[in-house]
Amino acid sequence: MKHLLSINDLSESEAIAILDTATELARVSDAPMKKLPTLRGRTIVNLFAEDSTRTRISFEAAAKRLSADVINFSAKGSSVSKGESLKDTAQTLQAMGADAVIIRHNACGAAHRLATSQWMSGTVINAGDGTHEHPSQALLDAFTLRKHLMHGLKNLQGIHVAIVGDILHSRVARSNVLLLSKLGAKVTLVAPPTLLPVGVASWPVTVSYDLDEVMPHIDAIMMLRVQSERMDELYFPNAREYSRYFGLNTDRVKRMKKESIIMHPGPMNRGLEITADVADSARSVIVEQVSNGVSVRMGILYTLLTGEGIQAGALA
Amino acid sequence: MSQKYFIEGASLEDGTRKDLFISDGLISGFQNPPNSNAVVINATGKIILPGLVDLHTHLREPGKEDSETVASASRAAAKGGFTALSAMPNTSPVADTAGVVEQVVRLGVEAGLCDVYPIGAVTKNLDGKELAEIGAMADSAARVRIFSDDGHCVSDAQVMRRALEYVKKFNGVIAQHAQDPDLTVDAQMNEGVISSVLGLKGWPAVAEEAIIARDVLLADHVQSRLHVCHVTTAGGVEIIRWAKARGINVTAEVTPHHLLLTDDLASSYDPVYKVNPPLRTIKDVQALREGLAEGIIDIVATDHAPHPAENKECEWQQAAFGMLGLETALSIVALTMVESGMMDWKAVAQRFSRTPARIGGYVDQGGDLIQGAMANLTVFNPGASWRVDRDLVASRSRNTPFHGKELPGVISETFFKGVPTVLNTQLVAEKNS
Repeated sequence: MKHLLSINDLSESEAIAILDTATELARVSDAPMKKLPTLRGRTIVNLFAEDSTRTRISFEAAAKRLSADVINFSAKGSSVSKGESLKDTAQTLQAMGADAVIIRHNACGAAHRLATSQWMSGTVINAGDGTHEHPSQALLDAFTLRKHLMHGLKNLQGIHVAIVGDILHSRVARSNVLLLSKLGAKVTLVAPPTLLPVGVASWPVTVSYDLDEVMPHIDAIMMLRVQSERMDELYFPNAREYSRYFGLNTDRVKRMKKESIIMHPGPMNRGLEITADVADSARSVIVEQVSNGVSVRMGILYTLLTGEGIQAGALA
Repeated sequence: MSQKYFIEGASLEDGTRKDLFISDGLISGFQNPPNSNAVVINATGKIILPGLVDLHTHLREPGKEDSETVASASRAAAKGGFTALSAMPNTSPVADTAGVVEQVVRLGVEAGLCDVYPIGAVTKNLDGKELAEIGAMADSAARVRIFSDDGHCVSDAQVMRRALEYVKKFNGVIAQHAQDPDLTVDAQMNEGVISSVLGLKGWPAVAEEAIIARDVLLADHVQSRLHVCHVTTAGGVEIIRWAKARGINVTAEVTPHHLLLTDDLASSYDPVYKVNPPLRTIKDVQALREGLAEGIIDIVATDHAPHPAENKECEWQQAAFGMLGLETALSIVALTMVESGMMDWKAVAQRFSRTPARIGGYVDQGGDLIQGAMANLTVFNPGASWRVDRDLVASRSRNTPFHGKELPGVISETFFKGVPTVLNTQLVAEKNS
């Protein structure tokens, strides 16, 4: 495995190996000296052609904890925003000797283009491409689910996860559907029909338009951010109506199973898809998702750049 | 005295063996007269078709000469077996005045490799609001009969109605790019299973079908002629079938790429597969092939759309729509329609030469290969094959989706007005070069 462009690049065992490696590397993050020498001398470029502070920082922290040299190449002030082509940018990074490029881009398939076009030879990691995929987010979500719900089991066999909100435009949803179903979870998508893609019937999921009906059956709920511009595009009448039918509030949470957890990839619209009290409640693992993100991204970088994972217990 | 040619051993489209003697631009007999000094072309096992006629070509000149010129497109046309092209008006400036269409004709004559018939814009600057100077283009030296805003849909129903009515004055035809703009804002590919996975914004079949349905009803109401450009959906074929059964004066075209390629190719995110209208599903491809075989779809047209490398070497969403078509068209039709047994060569000649010539009113094109006819013809070897190499195309651009593919059927000769533009599979040096 050279690149991570889509969850489809991973077999079930490869995905589990990344989660296991991340579990081991999490011990580094918990230690007072948060650093391993693994990637010393390697250059990793964060190519962020779209605003995303949290994902960029997460990858940067992960790379630095593995001792890599990190170059941040962000859209603001960079050539990407000045109209330089992706090809020229890639060739520039190649000439600078980048071993890996972590790319966030508003165009679907931008990471595929970098990896398959022969503009550069390094490893490409997709950190979110348009409305296509966000594989590292799905891996950190699976990591979080496994930790809370699987009691030491390796995969996600038998749990039921609801993903709620703007599925149509969500790269988080696309990657999670692929990964969670690959790992044995049952996935239910909950959204107004306008925010589900034509073609969703071919996905390995069930679909519901009724959040209340779904709540008692699930082990985890993953709320998606609703972009304000969707309202202008007639996907739903207004924010109030959206919240009433698809927002997560205390009344709905009360109907969940006792051990179930609440997730959100961030950034949240408090008051729209999730109320503040639910976001900050004991069941919410939203802040923990962020710290798990660093461990999982360490696992991804470690696996792709060394060509191997870490066995469970090896760093204990 | 011009050079004479004698083509011997070939079959005509209906399978009959016939030798052709060509002199002074015409088919002047079926035997090689003694001491004729004719160049003898052995065409045993080959098929002679009337020269192919394309009703849908983007020649890019004037204005976008970095991607194609009338001369380079004419060379690509000759290599593809064409003796006539129809130049779409989305140039810079737009072909919406008599001056621009006459310029395109002149450039075609200067290139001298095929007839170049300009298509006029329906609306001024292709903006869909005011009618272009349709009458002036029709009366100009270019004698324009086909009008289209191709690349854009004439989406306003009242504008479309008026255009259909107005061209009745000279038996013109409106060639519609059927795409409801409201349903296809930022659309990137066919909306369906593949787009749902790739996250690319969908271009739904209904956006094409709704316009076709509206336009056949308008054509019926005002009793005018409608031509539907590049039909891509099974539903579109059904609506045209219905319209023809009702006696509505509608013709339709399909492109070679829509007869073969499907939307799953977008999974590569390689913009060489990005085209408008988009590649559809295998079910649509099957319906298009059946519609073409049956004659519901009247013609094949290339929608040859050259683009410079930088407009394809980028992200899918940033890339331009369109593919090259001229040099591969006949091979793709041979592969999809003839090798599959759905059409014979007679039907190929009909769909790819005679009917498009009739729709466009191109008098010297698409005729029978009889004594005294203008020698516009193509000699095709269906038994041979070739490998597409984008670095060897005659077009100025390289955006062929068939690069590296082995395709059946090789054009060994193309004759335009009795002069070979391709001889022994090689392009003959064009005039004035």
